[in-house]
Amino acid sequence: MMGSPTLTGASIEVRADFPVLERTGRDGRPIAYLDSAATSQKPSAVIEAMSSYFRHSNANIHRGVYQLAEEATELYEGARRRVAGFCGSDATGTIFTANATAAINLVALSYGREHVGPGDEVLITHMEHHSNIVPWQLLCEDRGARLRYLSVSDEGTLSLEELDSVLAEGRVKLVAVAHISNVLGTLNPVGEIVARARAAGAATLVDGSQAVPQLPVSVSEVDADFYVWTGHKALGPTGIGVLHGRRSLLESMRPAIGGGGMIGHVGLDRSTWAEPPAKFEAGTPPIAEAVGLAAAIDYLAAIGMERVRAHERELTAHALERLPAVPGITVYGPRDPEGRGGVISFAIEGLHPHDVAELCDREGVCVRAGHHCAQPLMRLLGVGATARASFHVYNTHEEVDRLVEALVKARSVFGL
Amino acid sequence: MAMDELYRDYILDHYKSPRNFGELDPHDLQWHDHNPLCGDELGVHVRVEGGRIAELRFHGQGCAISQASASIASEELVGMEVDDVARLSADWVTDLLGIDISPTRRKCALLSLKVMRGATSGDASWPESQSV
Repeated sequence: MMGSPTLTGASIEVRADFPVLERTGRDGRPIAYLDSAATSQKPSAVIEAMSSYFRHSNANIHRGVYQLAEEATELYEGARRRVAGFCGSDATGTIFTANATAAINLVALSYGREHVGPGDEVLITHMEHHSNIVPWQLLCEDRGARLRYLSVSDEGTLSLEELDSVLAEGRVKLVAVAHISNVLGTLNPVGEIVARARAAGAATLVDGSQAVPQLPVSVSEVDADFYVWTGHKALGPTGIGVLHGRRSLLESMRPAIGGGGMIGHVGLDRSTWAEPPAKFEAGTPPIAEAVGLAAAIDYLAAIGMERVRAHERELTAHALERLPAVPGITVYGPRDPEGRGGVISFAIEGLHPHDVAELCDREGVCVRAGHHCAQPLMRLLGVGATARASFHVYNTHEEVDRLVEALVKARSVFGL
Repeated sequence: MAMDELYRDYILDHYKSPRNFGELDPHDLQWHDHNPLCGDELGVHVRVEGGRIAELRFHGQGCAISQASASIASEELVGMEVDDVARLSADWVTDLLGIDISPTRRKCALLSLKVMRGATSGDASWPESQSV
């Protein structure tokens, strides 16, 4: 049995819960994994829960009358209730998808197609991940609608005044925005954005992929019509995402994907639909993944999301303080750790981000380099790519220091 | 400064002072492409004389490997028959670079040849290795 994970100030006692962190990198030292914004590492509790499911309880869910199927069904539906509770949502409005991308596409294909028409507008921001851009491009192209972007300031923030002025033109039918930017780390005022959009008659979607893993999030407080996130960035497995949808909308929406499990009655020519959430879960769902995700959020809840947030903020503050010591560095996003999550993008003059990441890897420091699936934002920043470090509960101040050392060393390899 | 197995002196020299970089006007052939993995962009302008590459200029932004590969390749490409470029394989570039390229950096190294093959034959596919 696992003890309760604890975070004591800056020194973290959860590292032993993450088996992969024991492995060494190219330099023979344990890796400094600073890429949790891409995917988080998994605690033993998640690995064990999924393994135990496959060893002891594996069966397809719903309709099975034998004990095993009953157990699997209860594990899956129990996971849904725990995930809903964790995010301050209700189970009937909590739909399991393949990932956050699938959840956004579901909304675009189902709600979007019915409510966005010729001449209408979908409003997103210049700091969105491709997953919150491309589904809306496809929708707007299909429906003869226009996709608009809110600009991003030099400090990496959105302007509520600009939001108001675009909404005032009266054509916006849907607003979709990231809770935390996966590049800039900006913590957006999503509650305020949702309230203003609603007042203007627009539906709202918030992409919480970077927020749910590191902040206390109450979906009912944000009050968006749709709130999506993904399991694998929140210490859970890949292959599962979550869509929290407003019940009244889910009930009236036509499903975008048809198949088994989502029907009421199937006739030869037409069918009726099951109630939400089943209505939007065609086919055998990610059962083991739901079990793993439930274990992940139980693990996070045992630490306490307030403390997870405090830890992220402390590491981010430390990084924001240390990184400027690297000559030629530009750090993107808000300066104040209060206004951002544990994601920091940066560039070093004379060193391409790919080379930065390669040279960090020599020191066992895992950072990401590239466009981070945010090409419109890269163009706005005037760069082709950035390097990015991101943190989670298992990261330490020492690892941030190792990053800074690796960056200084990288410059010397390039004779800078 | 320690000798690095990837970032060798000549690689860094070509990265910092790339040969045949810039624009070329007028030009007879041109192509522009990017590496979808990282968003790096590379374009080329080529002037042709009597079926041979008389002059070329690469332009764009990229990492040390992609920029050095374009610079080193450019020196070999001048004087080459235009029709011969389509026959160059991925090995041609990696041999020219003379360093071990990991799978994650392979496209960085191959982007310059991809762009040149596009300019000379319209072939937009990634160059492949002959020695499989």
